[in-house]
Amino acid sequence: MAVLVRIPTPLRSLTRGAAEVQADASNVQDLIDVLESQYPGLRDRLVENGGELRRFINIYINQEDIRFLQGASTTLKQGDEVSIVPAIAGGV
Amino acid sequence: MERPLDRALGLKCRECGRGYPSSPIHVCEFCFGPLEVDYDYEAIRRRISRARIEAGPTSMWRYADLLPFDLAESGPPVGAAVGFTPLVRARNLADAWGVQELYLKNDSVSHPTWSFKDRVVSMAVAKALEFGFDTVACASTGNLANSVAAHAAEARLRSYVFIPADLESGKVIGTLVYEPTVVEVEGTYDEVNRLCAEIGDKYHWAFVNINLRPYYAEGSKTYGYEIAEQLGWRAPAHVVVPCAGGSLLTKIAKAFRELQDLGLIPEGRTAMHAAQAAGCGPIVTMIRNDTDVLRPVRPQTIAKSLAIGNPADGYYAYRAVKESGGHGEHATDEEIIEGMRLLARTEGIFTETAGGVTVAATRKLIESGRIPRDEPVVICITGNGLKTPDVLQDRLSRDVTIRPSLSAFDRALADLESKTVA
Repeated sequence: MAVLVRIPTPLRSLTRGAAEVQADASNVQDLIDVLESQYPGLRDRLVENGGELRRFINIYINQEDIRFLQGASTTLKQGDEVSIVPAIAGGV
Repeated sequence: MERPLDRALGLKCRECGRGYPSSPIHVCEFCFGPLEVDYDYEAIRRRISRARIEAGPTSMWRYADLLPFDLAESGPPVGAAVGFTPLVRARNLADAWGVQELYLKNDSVSHPTWSFKDRVVSMAVAKALEFGFDTVACASTGNLANSVAAHAAEARLRSYVFIPADLESGKVIGTLVYEPTVVEVEGTYDEVNRLCAEIGDKYHWAFVNINLRPYYAEGSKTYGYEIAEQLGWRAPAHVVVPCAGGSLLTKIAKAFRELQDLGLIPEGRTAMHAAQAAGCGPIVTMIRNDTDVLRPVRPQTIAKSLAIGNPADGYYAYRAVKESGGHGEHATDEEIIEGMRLLARTEGIFTETAGGVTVAATRKLIESGRIPRDEPVVICITGNGLKTPDVLQDRLSRDVTIRPSLSAFDRALADLESKTVA
């Protein structure tokens, strides 16, 4: 499924400056593999050695946190918008 | 004039330790860990002393040697009167609970916008000016919005304030009055925050809680320094802190650690306790389940200033609580309101819902024995009740309305007294 992926500033050095990229993937896990093949080095920045998503990265599909969906196995549909967002401070 | 203290070395990733020059960035490019200010503590140690601090201004800027900002002789460029709020000995509340030594660190009277957010915002806006920004912005549950708009006005900067559309009217009015651009977002705070992260990537503004976060968060340390100084240069055995994003708790712990390492207070452990609403308590849930994995929640609580379901510093707050031997408690909406009312009728202090959470959580921590009754406790009161009166609207009864005559009052008084006796 072709989806739009929003790339945060710290990762744009790997996407040749692109803030948004297109990718074809069936779920979030697959998307990370596809992004890695398009932009080598990206996987290591998103995933710990053990394969878990890094603690300070949040991934959203159409504005919904994937932890409220099925995490890395959440399936993607044609036209979905995926945002990769670092954790942000706020509140008390 | 004395030589500037060369103390802030730049920024450093809290996770992998990678260093960055001092700049408006907040995330490690390599591991996404949060960046923190990297201090030269040896340089600080050579200059700082209790006497030097005590001779400073009666504001948070008395601790400037421990903040990442070079203070001019004329003072800070913004927020000169922020901080140094009262530490109140709460004898009546202590009696009610049977505790020996109880204090309230009362930032509900912080200048100028009645919450502890003035500390972080004056720090962040001072840095925004130093970095040359013309616009400051924030994502807020209300208190931060008030403070950013007020300090932007003082600093003559433009400001954009992003808030959830369902915020209490007191907090909205208390922002609009400073004439920032207010963007009400139809969503939860967590959605506002996520949107702001994306906006911050596109527009080059000083988002105080995003790209200025490493500096902003350091302002919270002054709350901890003040507690220690006002206790006569010692840290209390227990501190109960309201948690939303979790940053304040970690920064109070850091403040005590720094003062100990610099020899300004005696060594000792302060148990850090987290207070959250039952309807939004992911950090307390981590503590109670003893797991460092945060499960975000969808907030459902009247304590809107604490309604952050995906707290960025949740992991660090959890660790600070665990390492200090502290614990955490949730408060239901009913308990929050009772906490607000209890503080008002025993101590004469009107705090917002977040303060109700903290009072209620403290009571539970005492009742469960997590806080022994013979050890000194400080409760963090971080915001003002006049901003959130709506929650009390139908819960307080008015006593009597009379015509303006003495006989009418005599009758009313007799009536009231007979009711009290009954």
